[in-house]
Amino acid sequence: MNAPIRRLSFIVAALFASLLIATTWIQFVQAKDLHDRPGNRRTLLASYARERGAILVGGSPVARSVPSKDQLKWLRTYPSARLYSQVTGYYSFTYGAGGGLEGAEDSLLSGQSDKLFYRRIVDMVTGKVPSGASLELTIDPRAQKAADEALGDQRGAVVALDPSTGAILAMVSHPQYDPSPLASHDLKSVARAWQQVNNAPGNPAVNRTINGDLYPPGSTFKLVTAAAALSSGQYTEDSEIPGPATLKLPETTNAKLPNDDRLPCGPGGTSTLLVALQRSCNTSFGGLGMKLGADALRAQAAKFGFGDQLSVPMRVTPSTVPEQMNRPQTAQAAIGQYDVRVTPLQMAMVSAAIANKGVVMRPYLVKDVRSADLDVIEETSPEQLSQAVSPDVAARLTRMMEAVVQNGTATAAQIPGVSVAGKTGTAEHGSASDGTPLPPHAWFTAFAPADNPRIAVAVVVEDGGRAGNEAFGGKVAAPIARQVIESVVNR
Amino acid sequence: MSTVTSLVPRTRRNVELGLLLLAIGIVMLAYLNVGLAVQGTFPPDLLGYGLGFLVLGGGFHLVLRWRAPYADPLLLPIGTLLNGLGLVMIHRLDLAEHRTGGGMAFKQLTWSALGVIIAIAVIIALRDHRQLRRFTFIAMATSIGLLLLPLVPGLGRNINGNRIWIGLGPFSFQPGEIAKITLTVFFAGYLVQTRDVLSLVGRRFLGIALPRPRDLGPILIAWLTSVLVLVFERDLGSSLLFFGLFVAMIYVATERRSWVAIGLTLFCFGAYAAYLMFGHLQQRVLLWLHPFSQAALQVSDQIVLGLMGMASGGLFGTGLGRGHPDFTYFAESDFIYPSMGEELGLFGLFALLMLYVLIVERGLRTALGVRDGFGKLLATGLAFSMALQVFVVVGGVTRVIPLTGLTMPFLSYGGSSLLANWALLALLLRISDQARRPVAGSVASTASSEATEVVKLR
Repeated sequence: MNAPIRRLSFIVAALFASLLIATTWIQFVQAKDLHDRPGNRRTLLASYARERGAILVGGSPVARSVPSKDQLKWLRTYPSARLYSQVTGYYSFTYGAGGGLEGAEDSLLSGQSDKLFYRRIVDMVTGKVPSGASLELTIDPRAQKAADEALGDQRGAVVALDPSTGAILAMVSHPQYDPSPLASHDLKSVARAWQQVNNAPGNPAVNRTINGDLYPPGSTFKLVTAAAALSSGQYTEDSEIPGPATLKLPETTNAKLPNDDRLPCGPGGTSTLLVALQRSCNTSFGGLGMKLGADALRAQAAKFGFGDQLSVPMRVTPSTVPEQMNRPQTAQAAIGQYDVRVTPLQMAMVSAAIANKGVVMRPYLVKDVRSADLDVIEETSPEQLSQAVSPDVAARLTRMMEAVVQNGTATAAQIPGVSVAGKTGTAEHGSASDGTPLPPHAWFTAFAPADNPRIAVAVVVEDGGRAGNEAFGGKVAAPIARQVIESVVNR
Repeated sequence: MSTVTSLVPRTRRNVELGLLLLAIGIVMLAYLNVGLAVQGTFPPDLLGYGLGFLVLGGGFHLVLRWRAPYADPLLLPIGTLLNGLGLVMIHRLDLAEHRTGGGMAFKQLTWSALGVIIAIAVIIALRDHRQLRRFTFIAMATSIGLLLLPLVPGLGRNINGNRIWIGLGPFSFQPGEIAKITLTVFFAGYLVQTRDVLSLVGRRFLGIALPRPRDLGPILIAWLTSVLVLVFERDLGSSLLFFGLFVAMIYVATERRSWVAIGLTLFCFGAYAAYLMFGHLQQRVLLWLHPFSQAALQVSDQIVLGLMGMASGGLFGTGLGRGHPDFTYFAESDFIYPSMGEELGLFGLFALLMLYVLIVERGLRTALGVRDGFGKLLATGLAFSMALQVFVVVGGVTRVIPLTGLTMPFLSYGGSSLLANWALLALLLRISDQARRPVAGSVASTASSEATEVVKLR
């Protein structure tokens, strides 16, 4: 019987060899794939085992990890609660990292990014506990606070840029939420908080400055139309253009585009381009838009950044001007109605470009990336996105926008001793189910000081905010922009 | 080469003592490691446990010196090491799950002590393994009884979908573990009687010698029994183990490959038919082939969790107490292999598997060395059942074969498993004592032929 026993031992050897191979396959060949699989609790725990980088504004943290005594060694906290909710986003054991920088820069904050490779090696050699990188933001805490307070309990958004760099100085979206409960280690309360945030009226999880359903820009879009007109070389700010009380739209049966005050834009139904912008005459710009044509409008908008895929580093929903427009639709689009849709960030970029001699800067939120001991690892350098208009046209637009604030629709944005350049907007956006028109969104975009711009702002207050149907951008949105500008220039 | 083994046989008991002390040392080190990693303190009961281990292992060692001086010197240290490492892992999981009052580790320790005592009793009571041959048919009756026990209403317990347990007061007991030994005894006794008939009669077909149809009886009965176990107790693992064991032993007894062919054909047929008929088998196959699919994850994510645990261990492991083996269900029983893999790494698992390889190799070597047919078959069966069981368990968690519910010998939590495996080890020790013992009067001549062949194996 010894021969078959020996043969049996080969079978045993084969059995064990298959086990050795399978084990090697799992623990060596497949290990990384298995490790990176979504839902791997060990990977998640490992990310909690090292200190996640902080998110800093003006040197103080708006999101940071503090030691925790339970199984997860670090607890994420948000010291300013709601103020930065859409900027930081949330970091949740159950729902992952998302909603803002926590999601967009997760690999840096968690320390997994390849950008930190060199640093990890150094840490390994020196025996330091590895930790994530911190992000210092471009946000100006005073501008952020001013924007938040000025917006108050109204729904809407405020975004402010440094025109010369594209650095985002304020990013406020109302309503807000407190991301701290989502970061709790008590998973039941996390689930409750998650429900609360996602079922809250007004959808606070959405960052209205860059995402969401986007807004019709209303009259603030007249800046783009004016830019297209000036850039065409056929107009100056002093060119006389027709501006009747109502503009009959071609190719339609009796559709009319009225001015808001139902009055003609100047004596005899004509005015200069400057006055048309100052008074925000719909008929003047509707007619202008039709003359320039849909292609010119779209091209000008694209130069300001419409349609660009931007990330700040959160992904920005591109603003759009419709592809196919007939003449009446072009007239509507020229005054920011029809299907023109924008983010507040885009409108701030329009103002910023005008302020910056026509150059659009790429907007960004992260000033620099720092190691745990606050050494700067990577610094964001400002980057030119496009030349929207020539410096000459930018100067002309600036003069027109100054006129809007000095004695036009936006006198509420005046700041003693500072020349503010701006443009109001009142955007209609459909009707309620019973047919009554919804109160329009109030818009204002501006920059200041006009001679040496330091800040460009866009403000939108949904449904006209408190002022209801009577709202004009100048009454509701302009004072908010003023307070944000004051917080930066009056120092 | 033959000159090497025809020297005066040595008992090698001192080697055994040295290895035993090494094994206990490794276990104590692992226990200390867990204490320092999890609680940050020197475990105060370290010395107590060390002494306890020493008393048990040392006691067994002394009994071997007394009653089986020529027994294989590797088996006891390996059994002690595996048992001890299993205890450390179970203790470590107790800490992770915050189980108080000694936890599962204390129960396991009690069972370990009982297992060693039973093994000692086997060595003392059983002077010669050939005595067992007298119990061939009693062993058969016992096996059938043990296999059927879980089906008895009131006694059987259905735990986790497998009806392979019986309840005795607070304890649950898996009689299948004991049946593994009694069945081996029965197979060995039966086959040694009938091997001539089974191996010589028959005709050749397509180049292989086929048995007579009426001689197919035993293999059909074995096949039917394993299918019944599969169907009524839903125990795929035991079914596979019993049938594989029988086929291996009938092959060794008859030296005819046709039995393997017949056995494998029957097995494939039975397995496929069962797969078509039973939903839980289809689920097992789904979990085996596509563990990450949505459909599989809805059934169970146990395999996936085990795989992720092993993956996080990598080559060197997280270190005892530093991983999260507690994320996986049954981390201390069916899934103790991934638990070990997570904390000891690929190299740790290789070492563990090699320990089992050594036990099996020592068992097969004993089978080669022992002079009587019954002893050969018994040792082969016991060793092969160990190999097959390890293959079924580890193959299940590493996706070589579908996952079935069996315990890892010596390592897994479970009283019946520990008792059975210590008894199995005692039987192997007893047979190896016979195999290596010089025959009175003619030392040189008898140690010759068989033992020389052993050397060729290397």
